[in-house]
Amino acid sequence: MKQKLEEIRERARAELEAASVVEDIEALRIKYAGKKGELTNILKQMGKLSPEERPVVGQLANEVRSFIENAVEKKKAELAEAMLEKQLEEEKLDVTLPADVTPLGHKHPLSIVLDEIKEIFVGMGFEIVDGPEVEYDYYNFEALNIPKDHPARDTQDTFYITDNILLRTQTSPVQVRVMEKQKPPIRIISPGRVFRSDAVDATHSPLFHQIEGLVVDKDITFADLKGTLETFIKRLYGEESVVRFRPHHFPFTEPSAEVDVQCFSCKGKGCRVCKNEGWIEILGCGMVHPKVLENCGIDPEVYSGFALGLGLERVAMRRYGVDDMRLFFDNDTRFLSQFE
Amino acid sequence: MNLSLRWLKEFVDIGEVEPREFSEAMTMSGSKVELFEKEGEHIDKIVVGKIIATEKHPDADKLIVCKVDIGEEIQVVTNCTYLKEGDFVPVILDKGHYYEGSAVKQLKKGKMRGVLSEGMFCSVTSLGLTDHEFPYTDPEKVFILQDDPDLKPVPGADIKDVLGYNDIKVEFEITSNRPDCFSVIGLAREAAATFGKELKLHTPEVKTCGKSSEGMLSVKVHEPELCPIYSARIVENVRVKPSPLWLRERLRAMGVRPINNIVDITNYVMLEYGQPMHAFDLRFIKDGKINVRLAKDGEKITTLDGIDRELTSSNLVIADAEKPVAIAGVMGGEYSGIMDDTTTIVFECANFNGPSVRLTAKSQNMRTDSSARYEKGLDPNAVLPALDRACELVELLDAGDVLDGTIVDDNSAREPLRIKLNADWVNHFLNTDLTFDQMKAILEKIDCKLDGDEIIVPTFRPDLLHKADIAEEIARFYGYNTIESTPLSGGAQGKFSVRQKFDMNITDTLIALGLDEIMTYSFISPKYYNKVMMPEDHKLRNSVVISNPLGEDTSIMRTIALPSMLEILAKNYNNRNDHAYLFEIAREYRPTTPDKLPDEKNVLTVGMYGGNVDFFKAKGVAEEVMIRSGVENYEFEQATDMFAYHPGRCAKIIVEGEVIGILGEIHPKVQQNYGIGTRIYAFSINTDKLFANAELEKHYKPLPKYPAVTRDIAVTCSRETPVAALEKAIREGAGKYLESVKLFDVYQGKQIAEGLKSAAFSLVLRSSEGTLTDEQAASAMNKAIKALEKIGATLRS
Repeated sequence: MKQKLEEIRERARAELEAASVVEDIEALRIKYAGKKGELTNILKQMGKLSPEERPVVGQLANEVRSFIENAVEKKKAELAEAMLEKQLEEEKLDVTLPADVTPLGHKHPLSIVLDEIKEIFVGMGFEIVDGPEVEYDYYNFEALNIPKDHPARDTQDTFYITDNILLRTQTSPVQVRVMEKQKPPIRIISPGRVFRSDAVDATHSPLFHQIEGLVVDKDITFADLKGTLETFIKRLYGEESVVRFRPHHFPFTEPSAEVDVQCFSCKGKGCRVCKNEGWIEILGCGMVHPKVLENCGIDPEVYSGFALGLGLERVAMRRYGVDDMRLFFDNDTRFLSQFE
Repeated sequence: MNLSLRWLKEFVDIGEVEPREFSEAMTMSGSKVELFEKEGEHIDKIVVGKIIATEKHPDADKLIVCKVDIGEEIQVVTNCTYLKEGDFVPVILDKGHYYEGSAVKQLKKGKMRGVLSEGMFCSVTSLGLTDHEFPYTDPEKVFILQDDPDLKPVPGADIKDVLGYNDIKVEFEITSNRPDCFSVIGLAREAAATFGKELKLHTPEVKTCGKSSEGMLSVKVHEPELCPIYSARIVENVRVKPSPLWLRERLRAMGVRPINNIVDITNYVMLEYGQPMHAFDLRFIKDGKINVRLAKDGEKITTLDGIDRELTSSNLVIADAEKPVAIAGVMGGEYSGIMDDTTTIVFECANFNGPSVRLTAKSQNMRTDSSARYEKGLDPNAVLPALDRACELVELLDAGDVLDGTIVDDNSAREPLRIKLNADWVNHFLNTDLTFDQMKAILEKIDCKLDGDEIIVPTFRPDLLHKADIAEEIARFYGYNTIESTPLSGGAQGKFSVRQKFDMNITDTLIALGLDEIMTYSFISPKYYNKVMMPEDHKLRNSVVISNPLGEDTSIMRTIALPSMLEILAKNYNNRNDHAYLFEIAREYRPTTPDKLPDEKNVLTVGMYGGNVDFFKAKGVAEEVMIRSGVENYEFEQATDMFAYHPGRCAKIIVEGEVIGILGEIHPKVQQNYGIGTRIYAFSINTDKLFANAELEKHYKPLPKYPAVTRDIAVTCSRETPVAALEKAIREGAGKYLESVKLFDVYQGKQIAEGLKSAAFSLVLRSSEGTLTDEQAASAMNKAIKALEKIGATLRS
């Protein structure tokens, strides 16, 4: 019997060695160590052995069983490992093949720049207000110190609906509406669409966007205007920007100024970008004209304020090097997808 | 406004300042320089040559060989055989630059028919000039310098120096509040204040011939409001000829073409004083009477530009005893203008009301140098000095004999405005620390006088009305950039409003879904409504109409944004972009009453073509936008009558019983109208209404503690029954344990009777109190089935 057990062990070892699939190994386990396997068959004959032989053979039989079971497990693990290796080998990819993405859409470049400007102003304590695009003449002109026969009306070619209703040429009417309703302190910007009857070309569009700001409070000075705008410009164009204020005229502010930034390309020497001036005009601003405050029911003897305005398209054109304003309104996806 | 720097220097000694430095300083004190240009800067190596000898070319009959003195002797071959010994001519030397038309060319010396030519004679046009500036020469021929009595040619001298063609032209942007700066004197005053120099003004002195003008002309102003002062002087024995060189030079540098001495004098005075003038032929002033009056409706005049014009009673005119002879401040009449045989002229110098001139010029559609000056408001006190200046020039130019006496009707108020100088207020307003005397010194530089603490505003500064205007004058000469910059003090909390965040969130959602944002014009063509098949009588055709549009394409304010979206989709399609998924959040304009503003609605418009987009993808975008906006109780209802959309593939988007949007496939005909060769899907949602229905506050729902039970159910029903109705029945029937219901199959065809369809749903049931028993689940399912049966659906076995 001992001999038989030894023989089973050797046979199982050899057969397991040769097995190459999991199913065969399981079959071998059943064949040798299963309930009806060879080992069990042999043990059934234990009764025929002498009492001295029994424990010896019993021990050997257990040894053989555990040997077979261990060998089966080991072989199984080996095979699993080999199969995984094979799978991994087979699953090798050409990682340079194109990606499969669900592309995100794109914000319009004007929105991207506008969002940035809004954030700067919100960071300085401004709120953002909105108003009608089709506006009364009163809010667009009269209240802003531009009466009907004022020559400044010539420079703002206006689309009229009726004698008293027009497409706003600026977003300042929003500021008038705010001043009528709200007591100072006021700190707002009003971005939005404005309309002027300019024929379409690379630098003109009958529709464009303005961002206009207004601050009204006690003790607001020209120095505050300068400080606020310098901060704005440095946040928009970088800390190293050099800013200058130049006298100008707007009917609704006094004193009025235009603000230039030293040309980024030539650092003020004069080049094609700045049309040889060394400076690039960025925005218009000024101290709110006392008459405008008065028109809105704010006492100019108690309060003062400043206002500013800039064109969004021009900022975006410079930012991205866009040389034709029409691209913003053509909305070609090949253009739109360049900005994020 | 162009300025001759040479002319300016007559009034203010700014020395040999570099043009760039001059421009910079003027710009920073408020007179913005657009650009400056040195006259003749594109030509060089052109000198005066004196022809010493001419001889025939040995091999060419039509050429002559000239010996020319240019300080040294050179040889020039030319075909201009009319040139003689002793002629002074411009000679372009080797490598010299000259004009050919408007192009600049460079000369290379060479041989002409075998004979060396070291230069080329040239005409006035080769110098970039015309015979207006040099009337004694033929522009087609070589410029024979000694023909011009004012030229002093010296052999070898630079032609630019000899012609005075070396001024510096400075172009200013003059703002509308500064009519005084539309003149050499006005800019000189600014320059004097800017550079801290003295302004040297000249008081004109008229030397008359001694004869009186009495009885020759009378002036009556009928509308003193519109013409505060009208003055005239008479000049006899007019001698019309070219103006002298110095005057022609100045006009040229200012961009005005010299004509003849009389016209040039009126232009010269206009440029110098900013005060327009006019000259009439006295013969054509009927009865020697000038009436400044309003025109009669329908009255006619032919203006100097040869155009017949019909006047209205709002146009101010200069009339004689019978008829208008000029449109006041705008243009003179042809009939009474200066002619070759004119002997006696009337110089007119007057002040007209700005707005009146502006409206007249606009109504007659003729903006002139004169009207552009008047409309901004001129100084009535400039009238008499300007008139005298013109007469002084007549004398100086020997252009005629000035008669004694000025005929004038003067109703101009001359009391200048006074503004109190409150130094503390100015310092507080500007955040400066200037003394009263420092402010006074600045103001005096610009001719404001001080009477105690009252500023007497000069009448040429109509823009100075308020103490804030005074603050600006002080600020600009103190220096805008000298004033310190301070940060805004006082706390203020900047923030985006709830609505602004709501809109930003919609944008972010759409971008995450792969759509690109677009921006389109708010105005469209009325034809766009036809393109989207809007019925002729549809109320949305009633649009806000622009009364002065640029063109038909941009003539009305859109009542719907969809056509703009389709235009952009079409552009992308034509540009061969294989797909385009676009959105715009913008306004639609709905008229209210004619004297009220329209209703401006904020609308999200989405348009998609290409890729794998279909109705349900578009619907998915719409749903995601609504869910992310906090609106979950939306419903879709089949719509068969929406213009622009496919009648079988269109839905109304309904929230709380109100239509807030339309979704669908674009009608094949509309698609065709836009020339798009593929199906288009679109929707619009009124974001104002969406916002009104949005649940913006989010509350946490506990995660489920007990397992869910899933049950499937399949029913047959009429094909016409919308799936949404089945779903609604299930929701209502299944009761509180129903967590979700999801359609997973719709089928019609084999095994389903004609006219019916099968729909299969998967239901998830769950209780928050414990694991559902089979009985509880079965009961819920039975109730759902009963509810389905009620609407005509039967359980599929």
